[in-house]
Amino acid sequence: MKEEKIELIKDGKRLSGRGFEELRSIKIEVGVLKRADGSCYFELGDNKVIAAVYGPREMHPRHFQNAKMAVVKYRYNMAPFSVDDRKRPGPDRRSQEISMVSRKALDPVILRELYPKTAIEVYVEVLQSDAGTRTAGINAASVALADAGIPMRDLVSSVAIGKIDGEVVLDLDAKEDNFGEADMPIAMIARTNTITLLQMDGRFKKEEFERGLKIAMSGCRKIYELQKDALVKKYSKSGNEE
Amino acid sequence: MYKVVVPGDFISTEVNRAGDGTYVEDGNVYALKYGVVDDRGTIKVVALSGKYMPVNGDVVIGKIVEISFPYWIVDIASPYEARLRKSEFGRGENIDFGNMCEYLDIDDLIVAKVMNVDVMMRIDLALKNEFKMDGVGRLIEVSPTKVPRIIGRSGSMIRLLKDKSNCFIFVAKNGRIWIKGSSADMDIASQTVMKIANEAHTSGLTDRVALFLDSFKSEKGEG
Repeated sequence: MKEEKIELIKDGKRLSGRGFEELRSIKIEVGVLKRADGSCYFELGDNKVIAAVYGPREMHPRHFQNAKMAVVKYRYNMAPFSVDDRKRPGPDRRSQEISMVSRKALDPVILRELYPKTAIEVYVEVLQSDAGTRTAGINAASVALADAGIPMRDLVSSVAIGKIDGEVVLDLDAKEDNFGEADMPIAMIARTNTITLLQMDGRFKKEEFERGLKIAMSGCRKIYELQKDALVKKYSKSGNEE
Repeated sequence: MYKVVVPGDFISTEVNRAGDGTYVEDGNVYALKYGVVDDRGTIKVVALSGKYMPVNGDVVIGKIVEISFPYWIVDIASPYEARLRKSEFGRGENIDFGNMCEYLDIDDLIVAKVMNVDVMMRIDLALKNEFKMDGVGRLIEVSPTKVPRIIGRSGSMIRLLKDKSNCFIFVAKNGRIWIKGSSADMDIASQTVMKIANEAHTSGLTDRVALFLDSFKSEKGEG
């Protein structure tokens, strides 16, 4: 692996031409699926994910019901065509883990106790992947949950930071992820600065970690604003049409 | 103009006016749902989507999905199923295990009132006087959050709709709407209801709906 090392930073810019603390371009569309109770299409650079929310509805199988609160189901799934080499379809160890951590990232904002015995189902499909799909999925899911009219304390925003060529940078793309040194996705509630997901792959020094967290949090705040804008726009737009 | 808010948006500092669809934290009122702010009286956030949650006294349209003596299990477009006890038909009737389906069969639609909702979300229904819908007319379903808009302030919108479309229209709290009339009239009525549901968040809707309904009339006159 050492011999094919590529230079990820040239003249103070990243391969994609971005600065160190720059996000990829983001596009959010709300309510794209007609049959879902809430949905969202989210693009983060070359990542394309779609989230659908159903419910609250009756929980099946029944013995998984919680008599006091709703159960959140989260399914993260990568389409076979979402990556360069065809991915074997269906759940695997990786997607099960991501589903679990993403669910836990969203759980704290949902007022589950208002809907006892029900299930709130979140389906996240990755159509195209370019590193950071779990963060894109969480962003999409939180917008879709709001669109479904589910009571929430706040939206959840998520972004990753990483280390490439010894520099801490925001929002890695696939090349940077593969040849970089470390990668750390976080999810947080922007208003209260509460972190609901933090994973780390690779190594950061303590001061790198602290600086990275700061960068990631400011990235989340930017995404939070975009999520809000997208939701508000859905209704202000259709109001002006006629 | 209506102000659209998303969950977690700051609305106000007047904690004692906080109402439905909001929550209070550190002396501030925040939005709990994605919806529009209603600032008259208490501060409320009226959701733009969401499922029907039964409340005592609501009149709903339900569909029988299962017969399980001595109950009919009724789907009321909510996350929870409701049940209708056989005694709702009165003591004089001799209803037993075998003949329940002669009174109400699976897929029958009924107009019922929510009598009781308990903590376990068991819902008991009571029949309305004219409960049977007998397959007459049309049933359309909209989000229950749009129902107040379809009825309008003190019933102004629904009155307009009934007058101009010549239909019998019954709007149930769970978002199911029963329309009865001639085929052409029902077309107009259901199109208008969908228009109201789609534009529920805009202001000046009653006037636009009136124009919309008149446009059908002029078309008919010319043709």
